[in-house]
Amino acid sequence: MTKAASPRLDHLLIADMVDAGSRVLDVGCGDGALLRLLADRKRVDGRGVELSQRGVNECVAKGLSVIQGDADTDLADYPDDGFDYVILSQTLQATRRPREALQNMLRIGRRAIVSFPNFGYWRVRAQLAFRGRMPVTGNLAYSWHDTPNIHLCTIRDFVELIDLLGAHIERGVALDHAGAPIRVNAPWWVWNLLGEQAIFLLERDAPPRSS
Amino acid sequence: MFPVEQALVTDGGGRIAPLAIGFQTYGELNADRSNAILLCHALTGDQYAAGVNPVTGKPGWWDAMVGPGKPFDTDKYFLICSNVVGGCMGSTGPSSVNPGTGKPYGLDFPVVTIRDMVRAQAMLVDHLGIETLFCVAGGSMGGMQVLQWAASYPERVFSAMPIATAAKHSAQNIGFNEVGRQAVMADPDWRAGRYLEQSVRPEKGLAVARMSAHITYLSEAALQRKFGRKLQDRSAPTFSFDADFQIENYLRYQGVAFVERFDANSYLFVTRACDYFDLAADYGGSLARAFKDTTTRFCVVSFTSDWLYPTSDSRAIVHALNAGGASVSFVEIESDKGHDAFLLHEPMFIATTRGFLEAAAAARGLRAGA
Repeated sequence: MTKAASPRLDHLLIADMVDAGSRVLDVGCGDGALLRLLADRKRVDGRGVELSQRGVNECVAKGLSVIQGDADTDLADYPDDGFDYVILSQTLQATRRPREALQNMLRIGRRAIVSFPNFGYWRVRAQLAFRGRMPVTGNLAYSWHDTPNIHLCTIRDFVELIDLLGAHIERGVALDHAGAPIRVNAPWWVWNLLGEQAIFLLERDAPPRSS
Repeated sequence: MFPVEQALVTDGGGRIAPLAIGFQTYGELNADRSNAILLCHALTGDQYAAGVNPVTGKPGWWDAMVGPGKPFDTDKYFLICSNVVGGCMGSTGPSSVNPGTGKPYGLDFPVVTIRDMVRAQAMLVDHLGIETLFCVAGGSMGGMQVLQWAASYPERVFSAMPIATAAKHSAQNIGFNEVGRQAVMADPDWRAGRYLEQSVRPEKGLAVARMSAHITYLSEAALQRKFGRKLQDRSAPTFSFDADFQIENYLRYQGVAFVERFDANSYLFVTRACDYFDLAADYGGSLARAFKDTTTRFCVVSFTSDWLYPTSDSRAIVHALNAGGASVSFVEIESDKGHDAFLLHEPMFIATTRGFLEAAAAARGLRAGA
Protein backbone atom coordinates (compact mmCIF):
# COMPACT_ATOMS: atom_id res chain seq x y z
CA MET A 1 0.00 0.00 0.00
CA THR A 2 1.19 3.50 -0.73
CA LYS A 3 -0.26 5.14 2.34
CA ALA A 4 2.26 7.57 3.76
CA ALA A 5 0.30 8.90 6.75
CA SER A 6 1.15 7.15 10.02
CA PRO A 7 -1.72 5.42 11.80
CA ARG A 8 -3.74 7.34 14.35
CA LEU A 9 -2.74 6.65 17.93
CA ASP A 10 -6.24 5.66 18.96
CA HIS A 11 -6.28 3.15 16.10
CA LEU A 12 -2.97 1.70 17.28
CA LEU A 13 -4.36 1.38 20.81
CA ILE A 14 -7.46 -0.39 19.46
CA ALA A 15 -5.28 -2.69 17.38
CA ASP A 16 -3.39 -3.47 20.58
CA MET A 17 -6.58 -4.79 22.14
CA VAL A 18 -7.33 -7.19 19.27
CA ASP A 19 -5.93 -10.72 19.15
CA ALA A 20 -4.17 -11.58 15.90
CA GLY A 21 -6.15 -13.52 13.34
CA SER A 22 -9.53 -12.80 14.91
CA ARG A 23 -12.80 -11.86 13.23
CA VAL A 24 -13.65 -8.18 13.54
CA LEU A 25 -16.67 -6.08 12.65
CA ASP A 26 -15.94 -2.34 12.54
CA VAL A 27 -19.16 -0.37 12.85
CA GLY A 28 -18.91 3.12 11.39
CA CYS A 29 -15.62 2.24 9.74
CA GLY A 30 -15.28 5.52 7.80
CA ASP A 31 -12.61 5.29 5.12
CA GLY A 32 -11.46 1.90 6.42
CA ALA A 33 -8.15 3.09 7.94
CA LEU A 34 -8.63 1.02 11.09
CA LEU A 35 -9.71 -2.10 9.18
CA ARG A 36 -6.68 -1.72 6.94
CA LEU A 37 -4.42 -1.38 9.97
CA LEU A 38 -5.97 -4.46 11.59
CA ALA A 39 -5.61 -6.45 8.40
CA ASP A 40 -1.99 -5.43 7.93
CA ARG A 41 -0.77 -5.73 11.50
CA LYS A 42 -3.06 -8.29 13.08
CA ARG A 43 -4.15 -10.35 10.05
CA VAL A 44 -7.76 -10.01 11.15
CA ASP A 45 -10.68 -11.13 9.00
CA GLY A 46 -12.36 -7.74 9.03
CA ARG A 47 -15.76 -6.48 7.94
CA GLY A 48 -17.13 -2.98 8.08
CA VAL A 49 -20.39 -1.10 8.20
CA GLU A 50 -20.42 2.52 7.10
CA LEU A 51 -23.21 5.00 6.58
CA SER A 52 -21.65 7.23 3.93
CA GLN A 53 -21.44 6.26 0.29
CA ARG A 54 -18.05 7.92 0.02
CA GLY A 55 -16.65 5.94 2.92
CA VAL A 56 -17.98 2.65 1.55
CA ASN A 57 -16.50 3.33 -1.86
CA GLU A 58 -13.11 4.15 -0.39
CA CYS A 59 -13.21 0.94 1.63
CA VAL A 60 -14.29 -1.23 -1.28
CA ALA A 61 -11.53 0.27 -3.40
CA LYS A 62 -9.04 -0.66 -0.66
CA GLY A 63 -10.20 -4.23 -0.90
CA LEU A 64 -12.08 -4.20 2.38
CA SER A 65 -15.44 -5.89 2.82
CA VAL A 66 -17.71 -3.07 3.82
CA ILE A 67 -21.43 -2.70 3.54
CA GLN A 68 -23.41 0.47 3.49
CA GLY A 69 -25.57 0.52 6.54
CA ASP A 70 -26.68 2.22 9.71
CA ALA A 71 -25.45 1.15 13.15
CA ASP A 72 -28.87 2.00 14.58
CA THR A 73 -30.91 -0.23 12.31
CA ASP A 74 -28.68 -2.85 10.72
CA LEU A 75 -26.88 -4.45 13.65
CA ALA A 76 -30.06 -6.30 14.56
CA ASP A 77 -29.66 -8.38 11.40
CA TYR A 78 -26.31 -9.82 12.42
CA PRO A 79 -26.34 -13.27 13.99
CA ASP A 80 -25.15 -13.92 17.56
CA ASP A 81 -21.45 -14.53 18.05
CA GLY A 82 -20.57 -13.90 14.41
CA PHE A 83 -17.41 -12.02 15.36
CA ASP A 84 -14.69 -12.03 17.99
CA TYR A 85 -14.69 -8.26 18.29
CA VAL A 86 -17.16 -5.57 17.32
CA ILE A 87 -15.61 -2.12 17.18
CA LEU A 88 -17.36 1.22 17.42
CA SER A 89 -14.70 3.84 16.93
CA GLN A 90 -15.73 7.48 17.48
CA THR A 91 -19.27 6.65 16.40
CA LEU A 92 -21.18 5.98 19.65
CA GLN A 93 -22.04 9.65 20.08
CA ALA A 94 -23.64 9.74 16.61
CA THR A 95 -25.98 6.80 17.18
CA ARG A 96 -29.65 7.35 17.85
CA ARG A 97 -29.86 4.63 20.49
CA PRO A 98 -26.39 4.09 21.94
CA ARG A 99 -27.61 1.57 24.50
CA GLU A 100 -29.19 -0.69 21.87
CA ALA A 101 -26.13 -0.32 19.66
CA LEU A 102 -23.88 -1.48 22.50
CA GLN A 103 -26.23 -4.32 23.37
CA ASN A 104 -26.17 -5.51 19.77
CA MET A 105 -22.39 -5.24 19.64
CA LEU A 106 -22.05 -7.44 22.73
CA ARG A 107 -24.46 -9.95 21.21
CA ILE A 108 -22.70 -10.11 17.82
CA GLY A 109 -19.29 -10.38 19.42
CA ARG A 110 -18.18 -11.59 22.82
CA ARG A 111 -15.99 -8.52 23.02
CA ALA A 112 -16.56 -4.96 21.97
CA ILE A 113 -14.18 -2.06 21.63
CA VAL A 114 -15.66 1.41 21.94
CA SER A 115 -13.93 4.73 21.61
CA PHE A 116 -15.68 8.05 22.09
CA PRO A 117 -15.00 11.70 22.90
CA ASN A 118 -15.26 12.38 26.63
CA PHE A 119 -17.76 15.13 27.38
CA GLY A 120 -16.33 15.32 30.90
CA TYR A 121 -13.01 16.59 29.52
CA TRP A 122 -11.96 19.78 31.30
CA ARG A 123 -11.84 21.93 28.14
CA VAL A 124 -15.39 20.88 27.31
CA ARG A 125 -16.48 21.68 30.83
CA ALA A 126 -14.66 24.98 30.69
CA GLN A 127 -16.26 26.11 27.45
CA LEU A 128 -19.69 25.44 28.84
CA ALA A 129 -18.95 26.75 32.35
CA PHE A 130 -17.01 29.90 31.55
CA ARG A 131 -18.04 30.86 28.03
CA GLY A 132 -21.57 29.58 28.24
CA ARG A 133 -21.18 28.06 24.78
CA MET A 134 -21.62 24.54 23.47
CA PRO A 135 -18.11 23.13 23.32
CA VAL A 136 -16.22 22.86 20.06
CA THR A 137 -12.97 20.89 20.33
CA GLY A 138 -10.74 18.84 18.08
CA ASN A 139 -12.78 15.75 18.84
CA LEU A 140 -16.10 17.58 18.77
CA ALA A 141 -15.46 19.78 15.78
CA TYR A 142 -19.04 20.84 14.99
CA SER A 143 -21.30 23.69 15.94
CA TRP A 144 -24.31 22.64 17.99
CA HIS A 145 -26.69 23.09 15.07
CA ASP A 146 -24.96 20.92 12.50
CA THR A 147 -23.34 18.22 14.58
CA PRO A 148 -23.91 14.52 13.91
CA ASN A 149 -23.11 13.94 17.59
CA ILE A 150 -26.41 13.62 19.38
CA HIS A 151 -25.61 11.42 22.38
CA LEU A 152 -22.59 12.77 24.15
CA CYS A 153 -21.47 11.23 27.40
CA THR A 154 -18.65 11.37 29.90
CA ILE A 155 -16.35 8.50 30.78
CA ARG A 156 -18.26 8.11 34.04
CA ASP A 157 -21.60 7.93 32.23
CA PHE A 158 -20.24 5.28 29.92
CA VAL A 159 -18.82 3.13 32.71
CA GLU A 160 -22.19 3.25 34.44
CA LEU A 161 -24.00 2.15 31.27
CA ILE A 162 -21.69 -0.83 30.82
CA ASP A 163 -22.74 -2.10 34.25
CA LEU A 164 -26.36 -2.03 33.11
CA LEU A 165 -25.59 -4.02 29.97
CA GLY A 166 -24.30 -7.13 31.68
CA ALA A 167 -20.76 -6.55 30.52
CA HIS A 168 -17.54 -5.54 32.14
CA ILE A 169 -14.55 -3.48 31.18
CA GLU A 170 -11.49 -5.56 30.37
CA ARG A 171 -9.28 -2.63 29.61
CA GLY A 172 -9.69 1.09 29.35
CA VAL A 173 -7.48 3.89 28.10
CA ALA A 174 -8.05 7.61 28.24
CA LEU A 175 -6.11 9.88 25.92
CA ASP A 176 -5.12 13.41 26.79
CA HIS A 177 -5.17 16.42 24.49
CA ALA A 178 -1.94 15.33 22.80
CA GLY A 179 -3.40 11.88 22.19
CA ALA A 180 -1.14 10.28 24.77
CA PRO A 181 -2.52 7.68 27.18
CA ILE A 182 -3.14 8.82 30.74
CA ARG A 183 -1.40 6.78 33.43
CA VAL A 184 -3.31 3.61 34.10
CA ASN A 185 -3.16 3.98 37.87
CA ALA A 186 -4.75 7.42 37.82
CA PRO A 187 -8.15 7.49 39.55
CA TRP A 188 -11.40 7.63 37.54
CA TRP A 189 -12.03 11.28 38.21
CA VAL A 190 -8.67 12.12 36.66
CA TRP A 191 -9.55 10.18 33.52
CA ASN A 192 -12.90 11.87 33.37
CA LEU A 193 -11.35 15.29 33.68
CA LEU A 194 -8.18 14.96 31.62
CA GLY A 195 -9.20 12.43 29.01
CA GLU A 196 -10.22 14.02 25.74
CA GLN A 197 -11.27 10.62 24.46
CA ALA A 198 -11.51 7.12 25.84
CA ILE A 199 -11.16 3.59 24.51
CA PHE A 200 -12.71 0.62 26.26
CA LEU A 201 -12.42 -3.09 25.66
CA LEU A 202 -15.66 -4.64 26.90
CA GLU A 203 -16.48 -8.25 27.48
CA ARG A 204 -19.93 -9.70 27.87
CA ASP A 205 -20.58 -11.50 31.19
CA ALA A 206 -23.13 -14.05 29.98
CA PRO A 207 -24.11 -15.64 26.65
CA PRO A 208 -26.00 -13.27 24.35
CA ARG A 209 -29.68 -12.71 24.77
CA SER A 210 -30.88 -13.04 21.23
CA SER A 211 -32.96 -10.12 20.06
CA MET B 1 -21.09 -20.47 -30.87
CA PHE B 2 -20.55 -23.55 -28.81
CA PRO B 3 -22.36 -26.80 -29.55
CA VAL B 4 -22.19 -29.49 -26.89
CA GLU B 5 -22.64 -33.21 -27.22
CA GLN B 6 -23.98 -33.35 -23.69
CA ALA B 7 -27.69 -32.70 -23.15
CA LEU B 8 -28.92 -30.09 -20.70
CA VAL B 9 -31.40 -31.67 -18.30
CA THR B 10 -33.60 -28.90 -16.98
CA ASP B 11 -35.04 -28.33 -13.51
CA GLY B 12 -38.46 -28.95 -15.01
CA GLY B 13 -37.40 -32.40 -16.20
CA GLY B 14 -36.91 -31.38 -19.82
CA ARG B 15 -33.98 -32.38 -21.96
CA ILE B 16 -32.30 -30.03 -24.42
CA ALA B 17 -30.08 -31.72 -26.99
CA PRO B 18 -28.33 -30.68 -29.02
CA LEU B 19 -27.46 -27.58 -27.05
CA ALA B 20 -25.82 -24.51 -28.52
CA ILE B 21 -24.72 -21.45 -26.56
CA GLY B 22 -23.91 -18.19 -28.30
CA PHE B 23 -21.02 -16.43 -26.63
CA GLN B 24 -18.42 -13.70 -27.04
CA THR B 25 -15.07 -13.27 -25.35
CA TYR B 26 -12.97 -10.16 -24.82
CA GLY B 27 -9.34 -9.93 -23.75
CA GLU B 28 -7.04 -12.88 -23.28
CA LEU B 29 -6.95 -15.79 -20.91
CA ASN B 30 -3.71 -15.79 -18.90
CA ALA B 31 -1.38 -18.76 -18.59
CA ASP B 32 -2.81 -20.16 -15.36
CA ARG B 33 -6.39 -19.44 -16.47
CA SER B 34 -7.06 -17.34 -13.41
CA ASN B 35 -8.30 -14.10 -14.96
CA ALA B 36 -11.64 -15.15 -16.45
CA ILE B 37 -14.74 -13.12 -15.70
CA LEU B 38 -18.21 -14.27 -16.68
CA LEU B 39 -20.61 -11.45 -17.48
CA CYS B 40 -24.27 -12.39 -17.17
CA HIS B 41 -26.72 -10.42 -19.27
CA ALA B 42 -30.12 -9.12 -18.24
CA LEU B 43 -33.54 -10.27 -19.48
CA THR B 44 -33.30 -9.20 -23.09
CA GLY B 45 -29.57 -8.66 -23.30
CA ASP B 46 -27.18 -10.78 -25.28
CA GLN B 47 -23.55 -11.85 -25.54
CA TYR B 48 -22.45 -8.54 -27.06
CA ALA B 49 -21.42 -6.80 -23.84
CA ALA B 50 -18.83 -4.51 -25.43
CA GLY B 51 -17.98 -3.00 -28.77
CA VAL B 52 -20.65 -2.79 -31.44
CA ASN B 53 -23.53 -5.22 -31.40
CA PRO B 54 -23.58 -6.72 -34.92
CA VAL B 55 -27.36 -7.17 -34.84
CA THR B 56 -28.43 -3.74 -33.66
CA GLY B 57 -25.38 -1.73 -34.75
CA LYS B 58 -25.45 -0.10 -31.31
CA PRO B 59 -22.84 -0.24 -28.53
CA GLY B 60 -22.86 -3.40 -26.40
CA TRP B 61 -24.99 -3.32 -23.25
CA TRP B 62 -22.01 -2.87 -20.93
CA ASP B 63 -19.81 -0.82 -23.23
CA ALA B 64 -19.40 1.72 -20.41
CA MET B 65 -17.91 -0.98 -18.20
CA VAL B 66 -16.02 -3.33 -20.52
CA GLY B 67 -12.90 -2.43 -22.48
CA PRO B 68 -9.27 -1.39 -22.13
CA GLY B 69 -8.87 0.69 -18.97
CA LYS B 70 -12.52 0.27 -18.02
CA PRO B 71 -13.50 -1.54 -14.78
CA PHE B 72 -13.82 -4.86 -16.62
CA ASP B 73 -10.43 -4.21 -18.15
CA THR B 74 -9.90 -6.24 -21.31
CA ASP B 75 -6.13 -5.63 -20.97
CA LYS B 76 -6.19 -7.48 -17.69
CA TYR B 77 -9.09 -9.88 -17.67
CA PHE B 78 -10.55 -12.47 -19.98
CA LEU B 79 -14.25 -11.75 -20.31
CA ILE B 80 -16.85 -14.27 -21.32
CA CYS B 81 -20.40 -13.28 -22.07
CA SER B 82 -22.86 -15.95 -23.09
CA ASN B 83 -26.36 -15.76 -24.41
CA VAL B 84 -28.68 -17.64 -22.04
CA VAL B 85 -30.31 -20.92 -22.94
CA GLY B 86 -33.85 -20.09 -24.02
CA GLY B 87 -32.61 -16.92 -25.69
CA CYS B 88 -32.56 -16.09 -29.36
CA MET B 89 -29.04 -14.95 -30.17
CA GLY B 90 -27.29 -18.17 -31.02
CA SER B 91 -28.32 -20.18 -27.97
CA THR B 92 -30.79 -23.01 -28.18
CA GLY B 93 -34.21 -21.60 -27.48
CA PRO B 94 -37.84 -21.84 -28.56
CA SER B 95 -36.99 -20.60 -32.08
CA SER B 96 -34.40 -23.39 -32.53
CA VAL B 97 -35.30 -26.50 -34.45
CA ASN B 98 -36.66 -29.32 -32.31
CA PRO B 99 -34.73 -32.41 -33.45
CA GLY B 100 -37.77 -34.52 -32.62
CA THR B 101 -40.07 -32.76 -35.09
CA GLY B 102 -37.78 -30.88 -37.45
CA LYS B 103 -39.79 -27.72 -36.71
CA PRO B 104 -39.08 -24.83 -34.33
CA TYR B 105 -39.68 -25.80 -30.69
CA GLY B 106 -42.17 -23.06 -29.92
CA LEU B 107 -43.86 -23.87 -26.64
CA ASP B 108 -42.48 -27.42 -26.77
CA PHE B 109 -39.20 -25.96 -25.60
CA PRO B 110 -38.70 -26.96 -21.96
CA VAL B 111 -39.38 -24.18 -19.46
CA VAL B 112 -35.92 -23.23 -18.25
CA THR B 113 -34.88 -21.75 -14.91
CA ILE B 114 -32.09 -19.44 -13.86
CA ARG B 115 -30.30 -22.53 -12.59
CA ASP B 116 -30.61 -24.14 -16.02
CA MET B 117 -29.09 -21.02 -17.57
CA VAL B 118 -26.21 -21.25 -15.10
CA ARG B 119 -25.76 -24.98 -15.76
CA ALA B 120 -25.44 -24.23 -19.46
CA GLN B 121 -22.92 -21.46 -18.69
CA ALA B 122 -20.94 -23.88 -16.54
CA MET B 123 -20.77 -26.27 -19.49
CA LEU B 124 -19.41 -23.42 -21.59
CA VAL B 125 -16.85 -22.50 -18.92
CA ASP B 126 -15.80 -26.16 -18.75
CA HIS B 127 -15.49 -26.19 -22.51
CA LEU B 128 -13.18 -23.17 -22.32
CA GLY B 129 -11.03 -25.10 -19.85
CA ILE B 130 -11.58 -22.73 -16.96
CA GLU B 131 -11.76 -24.19 -13.49
CA THR B 132 -12.35 -21.11 -11.36
CA LEU B 133 -13.85 -17.85 -12.53
CA PHE B 134 -12.12 -14.79 -11.12
CA CYS B 135 -15.48 -13.05 -11.06
CA VAL B 136 -19.08 -13.55 -12.09
CA ALA B 137 -20.92 -10.26 -12.58
CA GLY B 138 -24.23 -9.11 -13.90
CA GLY B 139 -27.32 -7.04 -13.28
CA SER B 140 -31.02 -7.77 -13.06
CA MET B 141 -31.61 -11.29 -14.44
CA GLY B 142 -27.82 -11.43 -14.82
CA GLY B 143 -27.57 -10.74 -11.09
CA MET B 144 -29.80 -13.72 -10.39
CA GLN B 145 -27.40 -15.85 -12.40
CA VAL B 146 -24.53 -14.46 -10.33
CA LEU B 147 -26.28 -15.50 -7.12
CA GLN B 148 -27.05 -18.91 -8.56
CA TRP B 149 -23.43 -19.37 -9.63
CA ALA B 150 -22.21 -18.50 -6.13
CA ALA B 151 -24.71 -20.92 -4.59
CA SER B 152 -24.27 -23.80 -7.06
CA TYR B 153 -20.53 -23.59 -7.65
CA PRO B 154 -19.02 -21.72 -4.68
CA GLU B 155 -15.57 -23.20 -5.29
CA ARG B 156 -15.58 -22.00 -8.89
CA VAL B 157 -16.41 -18.36 -8.14
CA PHE B 158 -13.62 -16.28 -6.59
CA SER B 159 -15.66 -13.09 -6.51
CA ALA B 160 -19.20 -12.13 -7.42
CA MET B 161 -21.07 -8.93 -8.22
CA PRO B 162 -24.84 -9.25 -8.10
CA ILE B 163 -26.15 -5.87 -9.26
CA ALA B 164 -29.67 -4.39 -9.13
CA THR B 165 -31.13 -7.81 -8.50
CA ALA B 166 -33.00 -10.01 -6.05
CA ALA B 167 -32.81 -13.52 -4.66
CA LYS B 168 -36.44 -13.97 -5.64
CA HIS B 169 -39.01 -12.29 -7.81
CA SER B 170 -41.63 -10.28 -5.99
CA ALA B 171 -45.35 -10.49 -6.77
CA GLN B 172 -44.97 -7.13 -8.50
CA ASN B 173 -42.17 -8.44 -10.71
CA ILE B 174 -44.19 -11.51 -11.63
CA GLY B 175 -47.20 -9.31 -12.26
CA PHE B 176 -45.39 -7.09 -14.75
CA ASN B 177 -43.95 -10.12 -16.51
CA GLU B 178 -47.39 -11.64 -16.78
CA VAL B 179 -48.70 -8.47 -18.43
CA GLY B 180 -45.94 -8.83 -21.01
CA ARG B 181 -46.61 -12.49 -21.64
CA GLN B 182 -50.33 -11.93 -21.97
CA ALA B 183 -49.68 -9.15 -24.48
CA VAL B 184 -47.60 -11.54 -26.59
CA MET B 185 -50.12 -14.35 -26.37
CA ALA B 186 -53.06 -12.05 -27.13
CA ASP B 187 -51.53 -11.10 -30.48
CA PRO B 188 -53.43 -13.01 -33.22
CA ASP B 189 -50.09 -13.55 -34.96
CA TRP B 190 -48.73 -15.49 -32.01
CA ARG B 191 -50.61 -18.60 -33.30
CA ALA B 192 -50.22 -20.55 -30.04
CA GLY B 193 -46.47 -20.13 -30.32
CA ARG B 194 -46.23 -21.68 -33.81
CA TYR B 195 -45.83 -18.36 -35.63
CA LEU B 196 -42.44 -19.19 -37.15
CA GLU B 197 -43.90 -22.10 -39.13
CA GLN B 198 -46.62 -19.80 -40.41
CA SER B 199 -44.18 -17.05 -41.35
CA VAL B 200 -45.71 -14.40 -39.14
CA ARG B 201 -44.53 -12.77 -35.91
CA PRO B 202 -46.54 -11.39 -32.98
CA GLU B 203 -44.83 -8.02 -33.30
CA LYS B 204 -47.62 -5.92 -31.82
CA GLY B 205 -47.94 -8.05 -28.71
CA LEU B 206 -44.20 -8.19 -28.15
CA ALA B 207 -43.90 -4.44 -28.64
CA VAL B 208 -46.59 -3.84 -26.00
CA ALA B 209 -44.79 -6.24 -23.65
CA ARG B 210 -41.61 -4.24 -24.16
CA MET B 211 -43.36 -0.92 -23.63
CA SER B 212 -44.77 -1.92 -20.26
CA ALA B 213 -41.50 -3.53 -19.18
CA HIS B 214 -39.53 -0.48 -20.28
CA ILE B 215 -41.48 1.73 -17.87
CA THR B 216 -40.37 -0.50 -15.01
CA TYR B 217 -36.73 0.02 -15.97
CA LEU B 218 -36.93 3.78 -15.53
CA SER B 219 -37.77 5.98 -12.60
CA GLU B 220 -40.68 8.34 -12.26
CA ALA B 221 -38.27 11.23 -11.72
CA ALA B 222 -36.24 10.44 -14.83
CA LEU B 223 -39.36 10.05 -16.96
CA GLN B 224 -40.73 13.32 -15.66
CA ARG B 225 -37.47 15.16 -16.29
CA LYS B 226 -37.03 13.73 -19.77
CA PHE B 227 -40.59 13.86 -21.04
CA GLY B 228 -42.98 15.45 -18.57
CA ARG B 229 -46.15 16.15 -20.56
CA LYS B 230 -44.28 17.46 -23.57
CA LEU B 231 -46.00 16.98 -26.91
CA GLN B 232 -44.37 15.27 -29.87
CA ASP B 233 -43.99 17.36 -33.07
CA ARG B 234 -47.13 19.39 -32.40
CA SER B 235 -48.26 22.33 -30.34
CA ALA B 236 -51.69 21.09 -29.30
CA PRO B 237 -53.31 17.71 -28.62
CA THR B 238 -54.94 16.12 -31.67
CA PHE B 239 -57.85 14.65 -29.74
CA SER B 240 -57.05 11.24 -31.14
CA PHE B 241 -55.00 8.21 -30.11
CA ASP B 242 -51.93 9.29 -32.01
CA ALA B 243 -48.72 9.54 -30.05
CA ASP B 244 -49.34 13.12 -28.96
CA PHE B 245 -47.04 12.92 -25.97
CA GLN B 246 -43.29 12.45 -26.27
CA ILE B 247 -43.40 9.59 -23.80
CA GLU B 248 -45.85 7.73 -26.04
CA ASN B 249 -43.64 8.22 -29.03
CA TYR B 250 -40.60 7.09 -27.04
CA LEU B 251 -42.26 3.90 -25.81
CA ARG B 252 -43.58 3.06 -29.27
CA TYR B 253 -40.06 3.44 -30.61
CA GLN B 254 -38.72 1.17 -27.84
CA GLY B 255 -41.34 -1.44 -28.71
CA VAL B 256 -40.64 -1.38 -32.43
CA ALA B 257 -36.86 -1.47 -31.99
CA PHE B 258 -37.22 -4.43 -29.66
CA VAL B 259 -39.26 -6.68 -31.96
CA GLU B 260 -36.55 -6.33 -34.57
CA ARG B 261 -34.04 -8.08 -32.38
CA PHE B 262 -35.97 -10.34 -30.05
CA ASP B 263 -38.07 -13.46 -30.40
CA ALA B 264 -41.53 -13.41 -28.79
CA ASN B 265 -41.37 -16.96 -27.46
CA SER B 266 -37.93 -16.34 -25.99
CA TYR B 267 -39.49 -13.42 -24.15
CA LEU B 268 -42.03 -15.78 -22.61
CA PHE B 269 -39.32 -18.23 -21.53
CA VAL B 270 -36.83 -15.77 -20.05
CA THR B 271 -39.48 -13.87 -18.10
CA ARG B 272 -40.76 -17.20 -16.78
CA ALA B 273 -37.26 -18.17 -15.68
CA CYS B 274 -37.06 -14.97 -13.64
CA ASP B 275 -40.47 -15.54 -12.08
CA TYR B 276 -39.55 -19.03 -10.94
CA PHE B 277 -36.32 -17.81 -9.36
CA ASP B 278 -36.35 -18.17 -5.58
CA LEU B 279 -32.91 -19.10 -4.37
CA ALA B 280 -33.86 -19.53 -0.72
CA ALA B 281 -36.58 -22.04 -1.65
CA ASP B 282 -33.88 -24.38 -2.93
CA TYR B 283 -32.23 -24.27 0.51
CA GLY B 284 -35.14 -24.96 2.82
CA GLY B 285 -36.33 -21.37 2.74
CA SER B 286 -33.06 -20.01 4.13
CA LEU B 287 -31.10 -17.75 1.86
CA ALA B 288 -28.22 -17.80 4.34
CA ARG B 289 -27.93 -21.56 3.81
CA ALA B 290 -27.47 -20.99 0.08
CA PHE B 291 -24.23 -19.19 0.90
CA LYS B 292 -23.13 -21.15 3.94
CA ASP B 293 -19.34 -21.23 4.40
CA THR B 294 -18.79 -19.58 1.04
CA THR B 295 -15.34 -18.19 0.40
CA THR B 296 -16.49 -16.05 -2.51
CA ARG B 297 -15.98 -12.30 -2.12
CA PHE B 298 -19.21 -10.48 -2.85
CA CYS B 299 -19.98 -6.93 -3.85
CA VAL B 300 -23.72 -6.27 -3.89
CA VAL B 301 -24.91 -3.10 -5.61
CA SER B 302 -28.30 -1.43 -5.69
CA PHE B 303 -29.58 1.91 -6.99
CA THR B 304 -31.74 4.28 -4.97
CA SER B 305 -34.39 4.84 -7.63
CA ASP B 306 -34.70 1.20 -8.77
CA TRP B 307 -38.25 0.20 -7.89
CA LEU B 308 -38.20 -3.06 -9.87
CA TYR B 309 -35.40 -4.51 -7.72
CA PRO B 310 -35.35 -2.10 -4.79
CA THR B 311 -32.50 -1.77 -2.31
CA SER B 312 -34.46 -3.87 0.19
CA ASP B 313 -34.00 -6.86 -2.14
CA SER B 314 -30.25 -6.31 -2.13
CA ARG B 315 -30.26 -5.90 1.64
CA ALA B 316 -31.92 -9.29 2.00
CA ILE B 317 -29.05 -10.79 0.02
CA VAL B 318 -26.48 -8.94 2.14
CA HIS B 319 -28.11 -10.09 5.38
CA ALA B 320 -28.01 -13.68 4.19
CA LEU B 321 -24.37 -13.37 3.20
CA ASN B 322 -23.54 -11.77 6.54
CA ALA B 323 -25.35 -14.51 8.40
CA GLY B 324 -23.31 -17.03 6.43
CA GLY B 325 -20.13 -15.20 7.39
CA ALA B 326 -19.35 -14.29 3.78
CA SER B 327 -16.99 -11.54 2.79
CA VAL B 328 -19.44 -9.00 1.45
CA SER B 329 -19.45 -5.38 0.41
CA PHE B 330 -22.68 -3.57 -0.22
CA VAL B 331 -23.10 -0.25 -1.97
CA GLU B 332 -26.31 1.60 -2.67
CA ILE B 333 -25.63 4.02 -5.51
CA GLU B 334 -27.46 7.32 -5.50
CA SER B 335 -29.11 7.62 -8.91
CA ASP B 336 -32.41 8.81 -10.30
CA LYS B 337 -32.10 6.65 -13.40
CA GLY B 338 -34.08 3.71 -12.05
CA HIS B 339 -33.32 0.05 -12.66
CA ASP B 340 -31.47 0.78 -15.90
CA ALA B 341 -28.85 2.77 -13.97
CA PHE B 342 -26.52 -0.25 -14.01
CA LEU B 343 -26.37 -0.06 -17.81
CA LEU B 344 -25.68 3.67 -17.92
CA HIS B 345 -22.68 5.81 -17.17
CA GLU B 346 -22.87 6.13 -13.37
CA PRO B 347 -19.48 7.33 -12.09
CA MET B 348 -19.98 6.02 -8.55
CA PHE B 349 -20.96 2.61 -9.84
CA ILE B 350 -17.99 2.52 -12.17
CA ALA B 351 -15.65 3.50 -9.32
CA THR B 352 -17.10 0.86 -7.00
CA THR B 353 -16.74 -1.87 -9.61
CA ARG B 354 -13.19 -0.87 -10.38
CA GLY B 355 -12.20 -0.81 -6.72
CA PHE B 356 -13.80 -4.14 -5.95
CA LEU B 357 -12.21 -5.88 -8.93
CA GLU B 358 -8.78 -4.38 -8.31
CA ALA B 359 -8.83 -5.46 -4.69
CA ALA B 360 -10.07 -8.94 -5.64
CA ALA B 361 -7.35 -9.15 -8.28
CA ALA B 362 -4.73 -8.26 -5.68
CA ALA B 363 -6.14 -10.93 -3.36
CA ARG B 364 -6.00 -13.45 -6.19
CA GLY B 365 -2.48 -12.41 -7.13
CA LEU B 366 -3.49 -11.35 -10.64
CA ARG B 367 -1.08 -9.14 -12.47
CA ALA B 368 -1.77 -6.84 -15.36
CA GLY B 369 -0.89 -7.98 -18.86
CA ALA B 370 -2.15 -11.59 -18.94
